[in-house]
Amino acid sequence: MKKKQYRIRISHGVLRAIHEARRISKTIGGRLGQLLSRTGSTGYPYYRHPLPVRIMHWCNVVFLATLLLSGLNIFNAHPALYWGKSSYRGVTPIVELRGKEDDEGEISGVTRIFGHDFATTGFLGASKDATGELTERGFPSWLTLPNDQWLALARRWHFFFAWLFVINGITFVTYSLVSRHVQHDLLPTWQDWRSIGKSIIDHLHFRHPTGAAAKRYNVLQKLTYLLVIFFLLPLMIVMGLGMSPAMDALYAGWVDIFFGRQSVRTIHFIVAWTLVLFVFVHVFEVIISGFWNNLRSMITGYYRVKSEADHE
Amino acid sequence: MSNDNKITRRGLMTRLLAGASIVVLGGCERLSQSTWFPRVLGLGEKATYRMQRLVLPRKAMAQEFPATDLSPQFRSNGTSMPNNPAYRALAANGFADYRLEVGGLVEQPMKLTLADIRALPSRTQITRHDCVEGWSAVGNWKGARLGALLEAVHLKPNARYVVFHCADPMEEDGTSLYYESVDLEDAFHPQTILAYELNGETLPIKNGAPLRLRLERQLGYKMAKYVMRLEIVEDLSGVAGGKGGYWEDRGYEWYAGI
Repeated sequence: MKKKQYRIRISHGVLRAIHEARRISKTIGGRLGQLLSRTGSTGYPYYRHPLPVRIMHWCNVVFLATLLLSGLNIFNAHPALYWGKSSYRGVTPIVELRGKEDDEGEISGVTRIFGHDFATTGFLGASKDATGELTERGFPSWLTLPNDQWLALARRWHFFFAWLFVINGITFVTYSLVSRHVQHDLLPTWQDWRSIGKSIIDHLHFRHPTGAAAKRYNVLQKLTYLLVIFFLLPLMIVMGLGMSPAMDALYAGWVDIFFGRQSVRTIHFIVAWTLVLFVFVHVFEVIISGFWNNLRSMITGYYRVKSEADHE
Repeated sequence: MSNDNKITRRGLMTRLLAGASIVVLGGCERLSQSTWFPRVLGLGEKATYRMQRLVLPRKAMAQEFPATDLSPQFRSNGTSMPNNPAYRALAANGFADYRLEVGGLVEQPMKLTLADIRALPSRTQITRHDCVEGWSAVGNWKGARLGALLEAVHLKPNARYVVFHCADPMEEDGTSLYYESVDLEDAFHPQTILAYELNGETLPIKNGAPLRLRLERQLGYKMAKYVMRLEIVEDLSGVAGGKGGYWEDRGYEWYAGI
């Protein structure tokens, strides 16, 4: 009995803390928002992103960028992808980034995908190193962290930031469920489902709401965020763990659900680039639907809603 | 007027963003070169070690495979013929004069011939070898259970690690002999063996003859080839570079579970 009361008190405390944090962040955000949008703006400010979401969003930007760049350095240690349980099954890799040296010592980069060769000198397979000399390497040094081919250090970056990313992700999902961010803002409503056709057409015409409708996410946006948060990012973590020989022993053979360890590595790679694609589309949409307004709202919390009356 | 202001502010912010990204990328490089930052990053390894040891049962077995999954050729990585005259002399004689020394914190130091090692309780397993570089190969290994050997020499109470001293020099001039180490939890795991057979045949030199370690729940660099001597120690700081292995002394993690 006592325990239960205690628990209730704790959950009350948590809710109050969240409420309090929101109030404070609204005040701070409001001031910042006023500062940033003092000149030449119409409409009214609307508090769209609470402080915890903003903090975790920007943390995620840093963590995912670091994971991508250090991941590409790790990939470069063996720049080939396979399907199945192992790399040596008497079958050629499905993707391979190779540097080739001809008789005159000239180096060229070749990308082999399903047996088809593509000349990618300067970018994939062979690119210039710090001294400007063409050398064999999977991805170019400007796309890897560290720039040099340095597997040991790249792994340190990767696993350190993987921990931060996982902690940030768990915190975000917990917060979003407790504060009902998921239920209120991310789950599509019946109206959303019915407007899906219109939303697709709007997106294809780069039409975006600026009035009251801009206060909430549109249905495609909701579905994309749900896909990223609850499918792609968790899949990324599971595929990362699937490459761990220790974690594979947790239940011997579980990686075969994903077609074996080398397939797991390939999926990890594909999902990474799917996330990059998501980021490109996300940033593109942010830019065309009012870059500064969107950016401000993710920094200060406040989004300026244009009144329906003053269309420019 | 207000429009001018806006442009300046935006221009400034764009420049700030561009500047920040250059600073961040350059900063990452500088951090990589420092001594303190990689050490901070190393906390990730400690967290991984703790977490994996926490969630993974002591005797959890690595996946074993049917013969149909065997790699046609088991890849030889790193050294394929040690540049070491003493080793080559042993190899020339079919390892008839080979003795595995077991010493350090043990009650009964031993020198074992290959026949002695083959007489120890053995295990045969088809497992996947995962290299830190990213590739995997499947092989059929037979070897003496390391746990059985350690029981035979009677460890002293303060024994904590098994160090594997190997015959393969990592420098061209024949210096920097490879070495590795594992803790007792891994040493006594049923799948941890000193392998003397690969795919039903005597272990080839390119894969670590006459003896190599199989440590199925960690990455390939832990699985020392050309094992000559086992040293049981309480702490790793007194051995070579002090980090517990040749690659560990060069920045790789001692715990290679991921």
